[in-house]
Amino acid sequence: MRAFIPNYQLTTPASLAEALTLLESEPGVWKPFAGGTDLMVLLEAGRLAHRNYINIWGLNELRGIEATDTHVTLGALTTYTEVQTNPILRREFPMLCQAASETGGLAIQNRGTLGGNIVNASPAADSPPALLAYDAEIELVSNRGSRWLPYQGFHTGYKQMHIDPDELLARIRLPRNTAGLTHYYRKVGTRKAQAISKVCFAAVGKTGQGKLMETRIVVGSVAPIVVRCVQTEAALRGQRPDEETIAAACASLVREISPIDDIRSTAKYRLQVAKNLLADFLATLRT
Amino acid sequence: MNNRHTVEFKVNGEARSLEVFSMARLLDVLREQLQLTGTKEGCGEGECGACTVIIDGQIVNSCLVPMAQVNGCEITTIEGVAGGDQLHAVQQAFIDHGGAQCGICTPGMVLAAVDLLNRNPEPTEHDIRNGLAGNLCRCTGYMKIFESVVRAYKK
Repeated sequence: MRAFIPNYQLTTPASLAEALTLLESEPGVWKPFAGGTDLMVLLEAGRLAHRNYINIWGLNELRGIEATDTHVTLGALTTYTEVQTNPILRREFPMLCQAASETGGLAIQNRGTLGGNIVNASPAADSPPALLAYDAEIELVSNRGSRWLPYQGFHTGYKQMHIDPDELLARIRLPRNTAGLTHYYRKVGTRKAQAISKVCFAAVGKTGQGKLMETRIVVGSVAPIVVRCVQTEAALRGQRPDEETIAAACASLVREISPIDDIRSTAKYRLQVAKNLLADFLATLRT
Repeated sequence: MNNRHTVEFKVNGEARSLEVFSMARLLDVLREQLQLTGTKEGCGEGECGACTVIIDGQIVNSCLVPMAQVNGCEITTIEGVAGGDQLHAVQQAFIDHGGAQCGICTPGMVLAAVDLLNRNPEPTEHDIRNGLAGNLCRCTGYMKIFESVVRAYKK
């Protein structure tokens, strides 16, 4: 049943400082509200349990994409549309642009944000696999200060993450180390547009003298969190991407993910597709 | 509890000031308070695009926009697409080429197409499909809709 709208509060702070003070003054009472593409869906379904929100959509401190020699830094409110139109991201981080282009339709891409995609903490989210494969770091800010941490490890369980009630995700930073990498992103859903993924696969890799120098492999919708498959990466290091290696990698991948049956797919299908995508990714590194 | 706030914005060029709940959906306010019922509700969860409107030059699903985020914005609904009696080229093309069947998706489709042509006056087939990807037609009249958009920009 639809929510009773007067029960909800969405207050608009004038600045980031004001938002952080509100978060700090009443711990746990307030939660941030960005583009609304997830929270408004829950509201309409009558499943939005929390009542009080801070409208951060207008905070310019959380917007913008900046590049230095070593990093690209994105404000947490960077929309999927902004991601797709940024020339540096298109050139150096194509999987993030592809993820953004495959998230909902244009109306969602105009409103949905990278920060929201991270803290909404869905294991089926489209941008986290790309961000993890690119070794993203995230910045959490509060009135106590700011801290940067690797995005890898931020999510600890289904909808669980390392963030305190007074903290806000402010920025996302990508190291500009993608030169020479092969990028491989595949979202598998029921239809081409507007689908939520059954399996989402993002990986980068590099070969030297026919051997795998480096791979970073991330799979979504196959576990309570998006999984960076570190054991599979370790098993691949220094190997030739031949049939034997691919079989061993698939065996390792199976141990790192734990897909389930749900409304979108089955465990069996997800497992098979994840293995197929890994094999396909490794095959692209063969030449 | 009084969570009502004054929100000021423009709809189809006209300045509006309303007392609304901060979490009220723009879709409901347009339809129920401003009587702009051209904007339709389909799924209510951002999947179908029937409630598409343009905010500050970008299409959005108005079912997903709370009123607190509308303050200071300029909104175009389907009622604001025509210039008086002169239909927009997209609207005329939908009429001429059978782009509308039951009509529920039509306002959203037209706004998505208008937005596409505003950004990209000579779209490729791929651009058109992509521009309309967030709008579902349950009559499944997609080819006529697609053709209408092609005819609109070739005019």
